Amino acid sequence: MNQTQFKNLDPPLRVAWGQALASIRVRFLRMLITSLGVALGIAFFCSMQTLRLAPQKDSTQSPEQMQWLIGTSLVMCLVGVTNSMLMSVTERYREIGTIKCLGASDTFIVKVFFFEAILLGFIGSLSGAIIGTALMAITMLVLGNPPIFVSTLQVVVLGTSVGIVMTVLAAIAPAVQAARMPAAAALRMDI
Amino acid sequence: MSSVADKEVVVRTVDVVKQYGEGEAAVRALNGVTCEIFNGEYLSIMGPSGSGKSTLFNMIGGLDKPNEGSVFVNSVDIAQLTAKELAFLRCHTIGYIFQTFNLITVRTALENVTLPMLFAGLTPDEAEERGMKLLTTVGLGHRFHHRPSELSGGQQQRVAIARSLANNPSIILADEPTGNLDLKTGQEIIDLLRSLNQERGVTIISATHDHKMLDVSDRIFHIRDGVLALVETRDELDRSKATASGS
Ligand SMILES: Nc1ncnc2c1ncn2[C@@H]1O[C@H](COP(=O)(O)OP(=O)(O)OP(=O)(O)O)[C@@H](O)[C@H]1O
Ligand SMILES: [Mg+2]
Repeated sequence: MNQTQFKNLDPPLRVAWGQALASIRVRFLRMLITSLGVALGIAFFCSMQTLRLAPQKDSTQSPEQMQWLIGTSLVMCLVGVTNSMLMSVTERYREIGTIKCLGASDTFIVKVFFFEAILLGFIGSLSGAIIGTALMAITMLVLGNPPIFVSTLQVVVLGTSVGIVMTVLAAIAPAVQAARMPAAAALRMDI
Repeated sequence: MSSVADKEVVVRTVDVVKQYGEGEAAVRALNGVTCEIFNGEYLSIMGPSGSGKSTLFNMIGGLDKPNEGSVFVNSVDIAQLTAKELAFLRCHTIGYIFQTFNLITVRTALENVTLPMLFAGLTPDEAEERGMKLLTTVGLGHRFHHRPSELSGGQQQRVAIARSLANNPSIILADEPTGNLDLKTGQEIIDLLRSLNQERGVTIISATHDHKMLDVSDRIFHIRDGVLALVETRDELDRSKATASGS
């Protein structure tokens, strides 16, 4: 009898990377909308940060108000990103179940979503950060309160990092849960 | 295949019980199924809708765990396997075919076939070469770069069959492989499965409603309300056919 021998091997990272790229390429429009959601949240966050770091001549806003605005922008961002990523995982339960039938380990599935989230998060956050910061900077320039160039760069870097971390976290949690589910259950899920 | 002496058991289930839900709402999809499936046979699992065919498919394929009882694949109790080992079993020992084809929509026909090989550790070049051979075997060598959405149902099922063969499994599990196909295409798929069974010696286990399947099956399991009600062999089938046509 051909006794099965069990080796613990996972395919090289490029296999998961290839799957993530294929997924993004084919679902390009869908992914664009998802990253737009990320971009909007981060744009709001960055514009608030730019405002905060600006040299305050006439303090129209109290520090408390500012904190509240930044808090709101973060929550908005978090909700938007979590919602988009949650949907992009749950609408693919069938695909997850199928890939498991082909012999993918749970970690492979999580890796695919991880790569997708990093790419989406990077593109969405960077564009959102640049747009949000630039819009606020221009507004302030017009109002005669020019922002410091270095601090706007800092805001862009901060916004991009916050966006990537958020996107990855928001994707990983549902992906881990979906990967752990028995293959039969994942295959049955149809939404 | 048909002689009793060389019958080697590839799958054995012992008192498998599968229950969905709890308490009042509980459904016993399988209620104590004990069976043996032999190496190299073409086995059909028949039964009315809701009788538990797909549930048995999931148990044998290691896609779900029974509440009671055990399933042995190549003498290994699959309940004892870790998630990693189960993944290995799915990769190397079993090929799956579904009613709804379940191809990976974002990848081409060839990529669908090579993905399991990459899981098995083949290099992309080796995988591509093997993948093209398999696609040619199922008659789709010329459509290798198309994505599933660009293929007909029958063509998608052929890709799924090629994919199920990716790592030379000893078992192919099929859940109503002809369920979404027209009569002629369904017959072609059945013929293809039968020829793979005869040429490669791969064990085929197929849940089905399709009476065309009976003609090629070595044995038939009849399932009713989650129990194995009757096992028919080729000889019995031929005999009943002969009496039916003789009368
Ligand atoms: N995930 C589930 N949750 C709850 N009940 C389920 C689940 N899967 C199957 N069942 C129930 O278990 C029983 C057997 O279902 P199963 O899918 O195995 O039937 P089947 O023989 O494959 O039917 P069909 O020919 O229609 O595919 C049915 O009564 C079904 O309602
Ligand atoms: Mg079924």
